[in-house]
Amino acid sequence: MKAINKLWILVLLLTVPAMAFASEAGVHLDKAPVDLKNTASLQRGAILFASRCLACHSASYMRYNRLLDIGMTEGQIKKDLELPEDSKLSSTMQAVMDANSAKLAFGIAPPDLSVIARSRSADWLYTYMRTFYVDNNRSSGWNNTTFPDVGMPFVLADLQGKQVLRVENKKGHEIKKLVLESLGSMCTAGYSMCTAGYDATIADLTNYLVFMSDPSKMVRYDLGYIVLGFLFVLLVLVYALKKEVWKDIR
Amino acid sequence: MADNVNLSKRRLLTATTAGGVIAAAGAGAPFVLSLMPSERAKAAGAPIEVDVSTIKPGMMISAEWQGKPVWIVRRTKEMLDLLAKHDDKLVDPESSVQQQPNYCHNPYRSIKPEYLVVLGVCTHLGCSPTYRPEVAPADLGKDWPGGWFCPCHGSRFDLAARVYKGVPAPSNLIVPPHKYLSENTLLIGDDSKEAA
Amino acid sequence: MNRLKNLIGWIDARFPLISTFKAHASEYYAPKNFNFWYFFGGLALLVLIIQILSGIFLTMNYKPDALFAFASVEYIMRDVHWGWLLRYIHSTGASMFFVVIYLHMFRGLMYGSYRKPRELLWIIGMIIYLALMGEAFMGYLLPWGQMSFWGAQVIVNLFSSVPFIGSDLAVLIRGDYVVSDITLNRFFALHVIAIPLVLILIIGAHLVALHEVGSNNPDGIEIKKYKDTNGNPLDGIPFFPYMVVKDGVAAIAFLMIFCAIIFFAPDMGGYFLEYNNFVQANPMKTPEHIAPVWYFTPYYAILRAVPPIFGSQFPGVAAMGVATVIFFFLPWLDRGKVKSIRYRGPIYKTFLTLFVISFVGLGWLGLMPSTPTYTVISRILAVVYFAFFLLMPWYTRIDKCKPEPDRVTSK
Repeated sequence: MKAINKLWILVLLLTVPAMAFASEAGVHLDKAPVDLKNTASLQRGAILFASRCLACHSASYMRYNRLLDIGMTEGQIKKDLELPEDSKLSSTMQAVMDANSAKLAFGIAPPDLSVIARSRSADWLYTYMRTFYVDNNRSSGWNNTTFPDVGMPFVLADLQGKQVLRVENKKGHEIKKLVLESLGSMCTAGYSMCTAGYDATIADLTNYLVFMSDPSKMVRYDLGYIVLGFLFVLLVLVYALKKEVWKDIR
Repeated sequence: MADNVNLSKRRLLTATTAGGVIAAAGAGAPFVLSLMPSERAKAAGAPIEVDVSTIKPGMMISAEWQGKPVWIVRRTKEMLDLLAKHDDKLVDPESSVQQQPNYCHNPYRSIKPEYLVVLGVCTHLGCSPTYRPEVAPADLGKDWPGGWFCPCHGSRFDLAARVYKGVPAPSNLIVPPHKYLSENTLLIGDDSKEAA
Repeated sequence: MNRLKNLIGWIDARFPLISTFKAHASEYYAPKNFNFWYFFGGLALLVLIIQILSGIFLTMNYKPDALFAFASVEYIMRDVHWGWLLRYIHSTGASMFFVVIYLHMFRGLMYGSYRKPRELLWIIGMIIYLALMGEAFMGYLLPWGQMSFWGAQVIVNLFSSVPFIGSDLAVLIRGDYVVSDITLNRFFALHVIAIPLVLILIIGAHLVALHEVGSNNPDGIEIKKYKDTNGNPLDGIPFFPYMVVKDGVAAIAFLMIFCAIIFFAPDMGGYFLEYNNFVQANPMKTPEHIAPVWYFTPYYAILRAVPPIFGSQFPGVAAMGVATVIFFFLPWLDRGKVKSIRYRGPIYKTFLTLFVISFVGLGWLGLMPSTPTYTVISRILAVVYFAFFLLMPWYTRIDKCKPEPDRVTSK
């Protein structure tokens, strides 16, 4: 009985720090389908990142040759990411636009995206890039329900199409809804298909951002199992030794 | 009976010790490996490209590779002719010590006779010698056919960067790996086929 | 074999090798009834070694400069071979150090390990705890993220509430008018040299004091009372090899948990590495919600629970200070006839349980943004926290204790 009490206290002490944070300010976040084993998705994300995000954002801690980790070859990196002929693969990802003119254009310098998936979370990014809507009150012409009054214009509008915010009044409750008004290039077969296609594209991009925020993830999970397996064997050995040594006590 | 106990204890002790040694080695390896040049150091030490067409005949330019000076000299016909005339004064006139890649193991110590590519680091104690291309200057004596003179300890090298006898430096200057990407573009630091 | 003997003989003639080994290992007698709770002292030592080793290797790549600090951490994470492992070892080690130390201290509370003759041992231990808090606090500034910066800003500003000298004191600590490059530079010096040196010295003193008085045990009785004909405690067993192998099992089990965190969840859901700390420090922009790292939050909650008096924050700061320092007085607050919780009466057990609930509860509340309800709960728990100590002379005296056994018991 006493032992159970003690164990309970221990469990309490250990689990309290591990309880999850409630997400801030009640914004609903969709679950990002992150899968770092899916290198095809990671590569598509990397190419999209280079073609769309790197225009204004840097990822100044990320070297191009890190993309070897997601199964790209040096030739692929240069060709698919459309790197200039003389650029080095060991260089870091720098924005095309310089920070000062970006600040002039958007009112705020676009943040570096190297570790954005760690500070914002994958779910936030996945949701954010799907909740832009047309807002003529903003100088950029765009707003976002996940990040209200964001300075960034929606650079993927050609893919998703244009969403508008509809506010419906149901029994005194205001319900805000994003509705796709015009279709983007992702639409091959009707409304639902284009949402699915765009969602999958953003899933790729999110996946890539998660990889980029901590490239050690590509090795540390597999390595972790090996280390734990080895330690378990060692534990069994040391435990047997302890039993053997303690035989003569009592 | 007692022997049995001791035997199994000994076996366990051996197994545990072995496991402990493996664990220590496994844990220690990442620490030691972290001391190797990082990706940034590698990026900074990446191969460099040099346009040799801008070098005037008889002149030398200096480039930086892995933080070290690399000299590229465009030797004139007269300079090249003088190279063969003082073999008896050199430590290693045939360049038999591996101080150069195989493709530079020739009398000129270079791919194209005209252009010498060599690390500007004295093989004595690492000073950077001074380029003295003039023939028979007052301070270096009338036998000087042009070459390098190290201000630190007086080592002398000829225009193929071969060391003279009787000076502190023990061997010829090192020729780094290099290749021509085109007629006038030189890549220093990588001579593999894939390098571009 | 003979050579080895000769070598040891040669050394022993010049250095007390064998006698030291005997005094502190092969002939140091530890109670044989040690239970689970007695692992944490040894584990704390293990974590210390892990932290020093990983810290040395991190120092080789880190730059204590406000312009480069954040980038140098990412440099370690990406460009240094195995740098991510070094960094995760160190960041996980910081939190695990406190997990282990809190359990170690709780053990002391349960079995009365601070009681005579171990008062000084306890006090030295408390100094270690305070030094460790300073070490962790300074270290947390080094990654130069938003939480590093604003956490340091808030904590250093606490000192400015000290009457009369406060604002000068805060400036002295920072070396500037805000937390800045200068602060970062000096915290780095303190984190990598000054405090570790102090820690190693006082941990040495802690061990010397322990081996002088001998370990307490779950029964809270002295094993030195009954000795065999050789003068060795009947209920003691030599530290080497018995305790060494036993602690070895615990060490490996602990390393499995440690590695599981390092490899699978180094953020620990934002508790070991806070999400906002992956945004570079920006003195112009405060994050919406600032919480200290989890191991400081019980005290932070006490700080917030105390209302300002005459517009001064000082009472809260003082309460927080007292909450840590009050542990020092435990040996004299406790008037119980027995040491161990096994033979204490129901009153002490109730108070200890309430104390644990208040400590964990305050820790949780310290992580949450403050709301009126939370503030009320914090106040109640803070009262419980202090009641445990302040009422101790009273409730331990009137508590109905069971008789202690003569010899240690085994279960």
